[in-house]
Amino acid sequence: MPPVDARGTSILPLAFEGVGYAVRGVPLLADLSFVLEAGPCSVILGPNGAGKSLTLRLADGLLAPTTGRVRWLGPGAARAAGAKAVVFQRPVLLRRSAAANVDYALRLRGLPGETRERRTERVLAATGLLDLAGQPARRLSGGEQQRLALARAWALEPEVLFLDEPAAALDPAASRALEEAIRAIRREGTKIVMTTHDLAQAERMADEVLFLHRGRLVERAPAPAFFHEPRSPEAKAFLRAEVLP
Amino acid sequence: MPEIAEAFAAALRLIVGWEPELVEIAGLSLRVSLSAVALAAAVGLPFGAWLGVASFPGRHTLVVLLNALMGLPPVVVGLLVYLLLSRSGPLGALGLLFTPSAMIVAQTFLVTPIVAALTRQTVSDLHDEYGEQLRSLGAGPLRATATLLYEGRFALATALLAGFGRAIAEVGAVIIVGGNIAHATRTMTTAIALETSRGDLALALGLGILLIALSLAVNASAQLVSEAARRAAG
Repeated sequence: MPPVDARGTSILPLAFEGVGYAVRGVPLLADLSFVLEAGPCSVILGPNGAGKSLTLRLADGLLAPTTGRVRWLGPGAARAAGAKAVVFQRPVLLRRSAAANVDYALRLRGLPGETRERRTERVLAATGLLDLAGQPARRLSGGEQQRLALARAWALEPEVLFLDEPAAALDPAASRALEEAIRAIRREGTKIVMTTHDLAQAERMADEVLFLHRGRLVERAPAPAFFHEPRSPEAKAFLRAEVLP
Repeated sequence: MPEIAEAFAAALRLIVGWEPELVEIAGLSLRVSLSAVALAAAVGLPFGAWLGVASFPGRHTLVVLLNALMGLPPVVVGLLVYLLLSRSGPLGALGLLFTPSAMIVAQTFLVTPIVAALTRQTVSDLHDEYGEQLRSLGAGPLRATATLLYEGRFALATALLAGFGRAIAEVGAVIIVGGNIAHATRTMTTAIALETSRGDLALALGLGILLIALSLAVNASAQLVSEAARRAAG
């Protein structure tokens, strides 16, 4: 079920309004202005160091912008904190069983035991981890760990799910398995916002692309248009796998 | 070195003989040091964890200070606690001087900085790894700190053992505030100091061997428990 409908009021859209981010006076992001709407899978694409992860952290509110602001515009904006989840590039799992990792996150949301059990079983099954539920999380393979991190986020039934280079450390097979799970989450109505530097993955996943280069939003376009006819020279060069200046 | 052979013989006699006086001394040593570690854990774990995740001006100075306190000289601590508890001292009315309680207080002062400093280090490292994820899951500072303590439980067990090692081995503080009174405040270390000054080196060394064995037993059992738990939790 789409979480948006289930809850009645959406926290989306998410607006970046002239957002800049600087560390000790060095600007890393400048003048980011865009609005993310409910629905399409938004992929933030760009070379290493373009500011993709920073943008994602600003979107989630883990970082506060130096200039400008990040706002939830939807009627449910007030409950934004409980309606989003993040999966980081490297899975951060607790030293306990796979199931207990999911349960921990649900416990933080104050959900009753029965709901926690039901959801834990559901997401572990959906990510193919049910047989490993009792295994220590940190003994799982890299691909399984990342799927568990995704399952944990999924269990929160977020309206928006932020994914920071979720498959960057995975081999192609593990990467595909993860993408499959992400699609399943998306089918339930969760808005996906993910960063990647992997063109092929971006093509597989994206409905729309936000192309970042050197801390600026250079181009934003629906996926087919972006991949077939990029407008900006930076995006053209990136798609041709050229070294960008 | 005939003393060494004699010492081992003395140690063996002590253990085999299972003299009530020895059992009493060993028992008091364990009771005092384990109590001190428990109290130090109650203070040091939360304080160290807080210092590991907090950020405020002067934090770095406090960390340096805390690390330095790990090397507190036992005799100085003993002296300070003595002044605190002596009849004319601020806590003199409690009448704790020359009791096991006074020894526990003194050792708690010695152990707390060790537990707190090692906890600070452990939790700080874990915070670097987990902090952002816990925040994104919606864990408040208190909950996140409790989680980090739990995540660091194996390293923290080692911190407590380090504190226990410090307590069980020290003589300076307990001899000043306890007074090495037979059947009251005599511990393994104060008994060793006494027998050495009396010239009974074999007995002193025998007690020493026993003390090391005792310390080894506590460490080994803690290690076994910790290993088993670690295998279960990954």
